[in-house]
Amino acid sequence: MAILGAINPMLSVGLDGDNAWRLADYVKRDGYSALRRILESGIGQGDVINEVKKSVLRGRGGAGFPTGLKWSFMPRSFPGDKYVVCNSDEGEPGTFKDRDILRYNPHAVIEGMAIAAFAMGAARGYNYIHGEVWEIYERFEEALDEARAAGFLGRNILGSGFDFDLFAHHGYGAYICGEETALLESIEGKKGQPRFKPPFPASFGLYGKPTTINNTETFASVPYIINMGGERYLESGKPNNGGTKLFSVSGHVNRPGNYEVPLGTPFATLLEMAGGMRGGRQLKGCIPGGSSAPVVPGPTMMDCTMDYDSISKAGSMLGSGAVIVMDETTCMVKALERLSYFYYEESCGQCTPCREGTSWLYKVVHRIEHGKGRADDLDLLGSVTTNIMGRTICALGDAASMPVQSFIKHFRDEFAYHIENRKCLVPVDVQRAGSGFFTATA
Amino acid sequence: MLTPESLKRIDREIAKYPADQKQSAVMAALAIAQEEQGWLSSEAIECVAGYLGMAPIAAYEVATFYNMYDLQPVGKYKLSVCTNLPCMLTGGVDAGEYLKQKLGIGFNETTPDGLITLKESECMGACGDAPVMIVNNRRMCSWMNPEQIDKLLAELK
Repeated sequence: MAILGAINPMLSVGLDGDNAWRLADYVKRDGYSALRRILESGIGQGDVINEVKKSVLRGRGGAGFPTGLKWSFMPRSFPGDKYVVCNSDEGEPGTFKDRDILRYNPHAVIEGMAIAAFAMGAARGYNYIHGEVWEIYERFEEALDEARAAGFLGRNILGSGFDFDLFAHHGYGAYICGEETALLESIEGKKGQPRFKPPFPASFGLYGKPTTINNTETFASVPYIINMGGERYLESGKPNNGGTKLFSVSGHVNRPGNYEVPLGTPFATLLEMAGGMRGGRQLKGCIPGGSSAPVVPGPTMMDCTMDYDSISKAGSMLGSGAVIVMDETTCMVKALERLSYFYYEESCGQCTPCREGTSWLYKVVHRIEHGKGRADDLDLLGSVTTNIMGRTICALGDAASMPVQSFIKHFRDEFAYHIENRKCLVPVDVQRAGSGFFTATA
Repeated sequence: MLTPESLKRIDREIAKYPADQKQSAVMAALAIAQEEQGWLSSEAIECVAGYLGMAPIAAYEVATFYNMYDLQPVGKYKLSVCTNLPCMLTGGVDAGEYLKQKLGIGFNETTPDGLITLKESECMGACGDAPVMIVNNRRMCSWMNPEQIDKLLAELK
């Protein structure tokens, strides 16, 4: 089964069976009916955008920007090339939902992109797929072939006069390409280094042409919105947080995996769906929106509901919906050390504060973890983060800083213990037992 | 220096992009070249650049930026293990240690018989399947506990 659990699902309905991803099965699930209705009944571009606005669909890639509003920025009536681009470069630690959408429901993404292209007057699109999930890339190519053969892509789609060509482009190991302008550079065959904004992609995007980039799950939601109507979609979530959302639950739970639930579902319910905490242990902390989101202490998290507004009130971000669950066997210093290494490794090197700063963050957290911390290291880390944040072209610098700030804020005693006693507060054998690696086969 | 079969595959990639944007195919072309030759030599990168009509340095920039390209020869099998936080919580780091012990090599090293190169990798976007590893950039292996790792190593001969 594709999705391990769901409440009132849309995206994950009917995905059982090996052929659920194929065009024939998608059509049986009412697939391509939204595109057909738009093209055959003469619904206008503005009407489609209004429906998406009414749904209050917010970008599922991490930023949560209202999709309808983003679409309205495109100069749709101007002549000339325009592009829609799907961001499936899913590499934010903790996030693995787009992989399952593309694996089990790729035609929903294709149909959503075709509808988006119609609404914005684009004739060409690309789906940029994370290079590590190669089987998914190959499957998407196959789904594209099916859609072309059936006349849902290409010239004069369904006899409407609307043309739309869609292609898959693979990444090859660079987290930064999930940043939308780095992704465009990458499609152009360059290093994935983010562009300075403005100009925004809606005016200067791929090959310098107006371009809209949305996340995989965002595009996949569009056919469902058109079919059920924007208002009903909104009602299935909560005000200002329309619809259902896929949450990738990883870490110390009994059943890690993807779960589709309405926005506004209590975190406790999601945790229960994921089989609860491993070994009945306590929730120590949770990163609710992918590694770039600030960590939230366990008790605070238990009071949250899973939507943009509630998580933001708890001092973090819903982000991509990647819920990293950490129990009491986790050493928070070691956890932060690994995250800091990731940002140091993945900084594209373009902006000095990020290139040098992420290296400092990693080195200082590393020395604390390895018993060489100094008394003023926590202040030093704080000062490095404030010298990175807001001083770089893209958000990677901020993304590297927020975990550092939040881990120290909420688990300061543990960091201080490390510096003073030159060892972990959580004994190493307890940490090892927590991972379950050596007990998995026992 | 690339085979006609590889060039044909590169042509299919070029066709995805506007006629004046051949350079867009460079990532795919480099991946195809690496698949054929096992790694990317300077000659292979130059060959790809020439085929796409771009400056060799521009192709070299791409090859060095993305970390799935290998600019040094690797073993017959390259095993990349994710040790990032979500994987670490459920055994990714332990899996890396277990592999090091079994193979008698560290990360970025190759077994003396040239069979396996071990790499530590960043997030593969499959955290729910942890521990996760990828063989030769193509085949993802999920839920790799000691028993599964032993099975995989026995298979890679």
